[in-house]
Amino acid sequence: MNILKKICKTIVNILLVLIFVTPFYWMFLTAFKTISQTIQMPPLFYVLDPQWSNFSQVFEKIPLLHMFKNSVLISAGILLCQAITVIPAAYAFARYKFAGSKVLFGLTLITMMIPSQLIFLPVYLLLSKLGLINTYASMILPSACSAFAIFMLRQTFMQIPEELVEAARLDKASELKIMLKIMLPIARPTVTTLALLTFISSWNDYFWPLVLTTNDTVRTLPLGISMLKAVDGAVMPYHIIMAGNVLLVIPIIIAFICAQKQIIQAFTYVGEK
Amino acid sequence: MKSKIRPYLMIAPAMIILGVFVIYPIIYMNYLSFFSWNMMGSMKFVGFDNFKTLISNKDFHQVLGNTFKFVFWTVGLSVILGLCAALYLKANTKINAFLQGAIFVPHIVSLVSISFIWMWLMDSQYGLLNYWLGLIGIDPIRWLEDPNVAMTSIIIISVWKSIGYNTLILVAAMQGVPEYLYQAASLDKSPKVTTFFKITLPMISPSLFFLVLMNLIAAFKIFEPVYIITNGGPLNSTNTLVNMIYEEGFVFYKIGYASSIGVVLMLILSVCTVLYFHMLSRRVHYR
Repeated sequence: MNILKKICKTIVNILLVLIFVTPFYWMFLTAFKTISQTIQMPPLFYVLDPQWSNFSQVFEKIPLLHMFKNSVLISAGILLCQAITVIPAAYAFARYKFAGSKVLFGLTLITMMIPSQLIFLPVYLLLSKLGLINTYASMILPSACSAFAIFMLRQTFMQIPEELVEAARLDKASELKIMLKIMLPIARPTVTTLALLTFISSWNDYFWPLVLTTNDTVRTLPLGISMLKAVDGAVMPYHIIMAGNVLLVIPIIIAFICAQKQIIQAFTYVGEK
Repeated sequence: MKSKIRPYLMIAPAMIILGVFVIYPIIYMNYLSFFSWNMMGSMKFVGFDNFKTLISNKDFHQVLGNTFKFVFWTVGLSVILGLCAALYLKANTKINAFLQGAIFVPHIVSLVSISFIWMWLMDSQYGLLNYWLGLIGIDPIRWLEDPNVAMTSIIIISVWKSIGYNTLILVAAMQGVPEYLYQAASLDKSPKVTTFFKITLPMISPSLFFLVLMNLIAAFKIFEPVYIITNGGPLNSTNTLVNMIYEEGFVFYKIGYASSIGVVLMLILSVCTVLYFHMLSRRVHYR
């Protein structure tokens, strides 16, 4: 009975690995195949002569380094802007009672339920009226604040004991000093978690770059990779698409392997609130 | 005096960004839905005409049906399978941690990559899936070209991507259930199924509620896989609301018409959110 149970468990485990790991293995493998190997039947499950030239072809087809730079700059810009908008707002909502604070906080929560896929048209019209299409500002501004982050950080700030702040006030510490030197260090796990989540989502984002750009000036990596789809012949160049995919996925997978615990904790932490 | 304006100054940057890039656009979208406009010429007020066209448009009926079908199956399957996986993986062992990680990875990988990987796996001629089906004697399936199958394929891809996140949240919720409840149950010799329905399920239900709402909103805004893999086809069979907004807005430049579809999506999302908070408050009330 016990042995049977163990065998069943092993089979289920193997199935899970097959279902969730094979697609990524297939991506890596295809990235190193020649085009004739990709359409070979039965398919090859290993490659003896890896085609590194697939990767150089990616560089030829899209301005990869430029897009990589854009991805880094835009992700960093979004992180910086969110730090500036989110931290003081969360602090104010947690620590001050002021006229209209409930209404404004409620409004902030409502924006959490409005996905970008709902409002992209008016946002595009607004940014084009401001003449910001194809600028870094247009890529950063729509994500420059996160209602969700304000909500999470406010929760954390509210859990910090009032006595700590009172003590600091008695020492005549300025409010700015209290926020930066006392509250923020205590809230650091939450801040790192939120930064991690923001970085992952802005690095992966395909939607805003797609709707807000008309040329390559500020286009990011995910959009570039999707442009590899353009077919030359009758067959989709899957070996090149997958090579591009590998370049897009590798930073995320390496980050996940190195910081699996933190990343899993970050996502769980958010779900539990 | 200074301390009175301080909180307003602190929330100002956040409020300005949210106001300009979320609140204003949603109001502007509602306004635009009453106009006919191609982005270049002048705007013409048309009253409810956009909505009337929408209601009589057969394609829109299909898109609405597609979206609901997608949402129902994706949310249902990914929450139920996530629950199964969480029950299976909840014990704190090394193998389970590895498996949890493995099924979670798709959640943090870009939708662009996911879409291309599955497009390749589901290729009707050279795809790995059809090769494996062939080994067990099943005829090749035209995963993405058959109008009767394509939506199922998109659902499979989306479920595959979102199971890991649901599992993660539910495992955390299950590990948070106090051990003494289970000990009491085992003292009473209660069968495993009863323990699940009487202890585990009620204890994790707040997380479950939250997950369903998050999955619902995520499913209604489905766009990337549809746009990249099938672009709504074949025969409109995978077209969804957001893809239709994109098409009408950015391909045909019917801004007013596209906005009216946006208004419909907004109403659907509002109903989901209101229902969620209603159920949440009732639960808290009667407990």
